[in-house]
Amino acid sequence: MTTIQSIVGQDEQHPDVALVAQVRAGDVSAYDTLVRKYERQIFRIAQHITQNREDAEDVMQDAFLKAYEKLEQFQGNSKFYTWLVRIAVNESLMRLRKRRTGRMVSIDEDLETEEGTVPRDLADWAPDPEQNYTQSELGEILEKTIKGLPPGFKVVFELRDVQGLSTEDTAEALGLSVPAVKSRLLRARLQLRERLSRYFRKKPGSRRSSPREVRAES
Amino acid sequence: MTCTEFIALLDDIIDNSIAAETRAEVEKHMHKCGHCEVVFNTTRKTIEIYRSHELYDLPNDLRDRLHAAIMARCKKGC
Repeated sequence: MTTIQSIVGQDEQHPDVALVAQVRAGDVSAYDTLVRKYERQIFRIAQHITQNREDAEDVMQDAFLKAYEKLEQFQGNSKFYTWLVRIAVNESLMRLRKRRTGRMVSIDEDLETEEGTVPRDLADWAPDPEQNYTQSELGEILEKTIKGLPPGFKVVFELRDVQGLSTEDTAEALGLSVPAVKSRLLRARLQLRERLSRYFRKKPGSRRSSPREVRAES
Repeated sequence: MTCTEFIALLDDIIDNSIAAETRAEVEKHMHKCGHCEVVFNTTRKTIEIYRSHELYDLPNDLRDRLHAAIMARCKKGC
């Protein structure tokens, strides 16, 4: 943890630092700014883990309320957003455990799986393959594809690749080591690639794939 | 460089965080190994597609409702 703290310490002061200080001094409107800034991202993380819209709505509200209540405990040696993500991830996992009647669910699980570490589908993709689908078809494919990944893989991929957090911040937000984040990221990327290949690979003699083909291969 | 070594470096290659001399080896390997080149290009494309197509977008009306609910409770001291 020393490394993470020293990296954060070397940064220029993050704009959230001033907002957090204002909230602590009693300015609720500064918290409004923080909520507005991060609500979409928190909602997405909650959706990835819970896979349930209502749960994600509840998690988003609970995470922001809990962060507000606990702001005094926020040390300031991590970024506000990574601290908030950690709260949201814990809230999401709690919801998931409730739904799965107490079965343990954690970001650490499913590490023993070897799936996706060796690429098997080596067919090249069509150029700009996403353009062979409408926006809603593409959304469905991407959602269906990422859904099957273990929660820890999905969240690491979302934080690192979609939201653009550093490996160190992702590790801190998820309470994982840096090597654990790296290992999950590689597997998440390879598994998603493998699964998307069935939709995006070059199809001989045809530039568009028909919905019939999509269904047959899924 | 073997294919296994290439895959182990894949994230660093994609994130552009490898040393210049390793990059030269990587490029040499990709030049002669079509499979690794495909894996590299399609993995990069996978990330690009997920990044440009936001999943689980929060519709504005729902966002406003949830936002208002959060702020109302914060103002009351939660």
